Amino acid sequence: MEFFSACVIAAGFGMGIAAFGTGIGQGLAVKGAVDGIARNPSASGKILTSMMIGLAMIESLAIYALVVALIILFANPFKVEVLKALEHVVK
Amino acid sequence: MVHPLLFLQFLRGILTPLLFPEAVKAGGEALLNAYKSVDTITYTWLVMVLLIVVSVLATKGIKSMPGGMQNFMEVVVGGIENMIRDTMGEHGKRFFPLIATLALFILVSNLLSLIPGFFPPTASVNTNAALAVIVFLTTHVVGFQAHGFKYLKHFLGPIIWLAPLMFFIEVIGHFSRIISLTLRLFGNIGGHEIMIMIFFALVPFFVPLLMTVLGLLVCFIQAFVFMLLTMIYIQGSLEESH
Repeated sequence: MEFFSACVIAAGFGMGIAAFGTGIGQGLAVKGAVDGIARNPSASGKILTSMMIGLAMIESLAIYALVVALIILFANPFKVEVLKALEHVVK
Repeated sequence: MVHPLLFLQFLRGILTPLLFPEAVKAGGEALLNAYKSVDTITYTWLVMVLLIVVSVLATKGIKSMPGGMQNFMEVVVGGIENMIRDTMGEHGKRFFPLIATLALFILVSNLLSLIPGFFPPTASVNTNAALAVIVFLTTHVVGFQAHGFKYLKHFLGPIIWLAPLMFFIEVIGHFSRIISLTLRLFGNIGGHEIMIMIFFALVPFFVPLLMTVLGLLVCFIQAFVFMLLTMIYIQGSLEESH
C-alpha cells in the first residue's frame, strides 16, 4: 500500500514543481510580449503569434511532467510486480 | 482510460474480434486496451471522412467568384500557404501538401475533443507517434536529397575535433524530436480529455464549459505548433551546415 501512496505523492509533487518552473517561465515570456506591445502597438500581431509559440514550447515542459505523472498514476510499469510481492507478503 | 460513452461505440463489437482476437479471449484489462485502440482507429476514419467530404464539397464546381464552402476552404488553405511562405520562403511550396495535411488532420482531430461523445485520435500516443515519425523521416530524406552525402556534416558540429562528441549529441537530439512532438500533442489533448472527465465528475454544470473554452485555444495552438515545428525541422535540414 505504501508503494501506491508514494506514487500518488510523487505525481502530485512532480506536477507542482513542474508547474512552478513553467509558471515563472511563462510569466517572463508574457511580460516581454506585453512590454513589446506597449512600446510598439502596431507590431502586436507578430508579437502575439511568436509569444503563443513560445508559450506552447514552455508549456510542453509541464506537459512532460504531466505525462510522467499520468504514467505513474494510471500505467505504472511496476504495478504487477508490486502486487505479486504484496500477495507474497500477505500469505 | 476508456471513454464511458462514444457515438461510434457500435463499431467496437465488429472490429475488436477482427483486429484483436486474443484480447477478446483474454478479456479484462486487455479487452479495455483493445477497445481504446479500436476507438482511436474508428475516430481516425471519421476525421478522414470529414476531411475528404469537406474537400470534395469545396472543390465540386470551382468558380472564379468563390462562395460558401469554396470560400471557406480557400481561406484555410491560403492561410496555411501564407504561413509556410513566411517561415520557409519560396522553396517551402514543395512541402505544402505534407504540412497542410498534418495541420488539417491534427486540427480537426483536436477539435473533435470538444464535442461530447467523440474521441480525438490525437489523444492516443500511437497516432501522435505515427505523425512524429513521418516528420522525422521526411526531414532526413529531404536533407539527403538536398545535400547528398554532405548532409552528414549537419551532425558533426562546427569544430572538427569535437565532431565525435557532437555526433552522438546530435543523434540523440534528433531522436528526442520524435518524443517531444509526440508527447506535446498527446499531453495537451489527452490531458485535456482527462481534465474534462474529472471536472464533469466533480461539477457537472458550467465549470467544464470554462475548461472547454481553454481547450478550444489549446486545440488551435497545438495544431499550429506541430505545423510550425515541422516547417522548422525541414528548413533546418535544407540549410547549409556551417
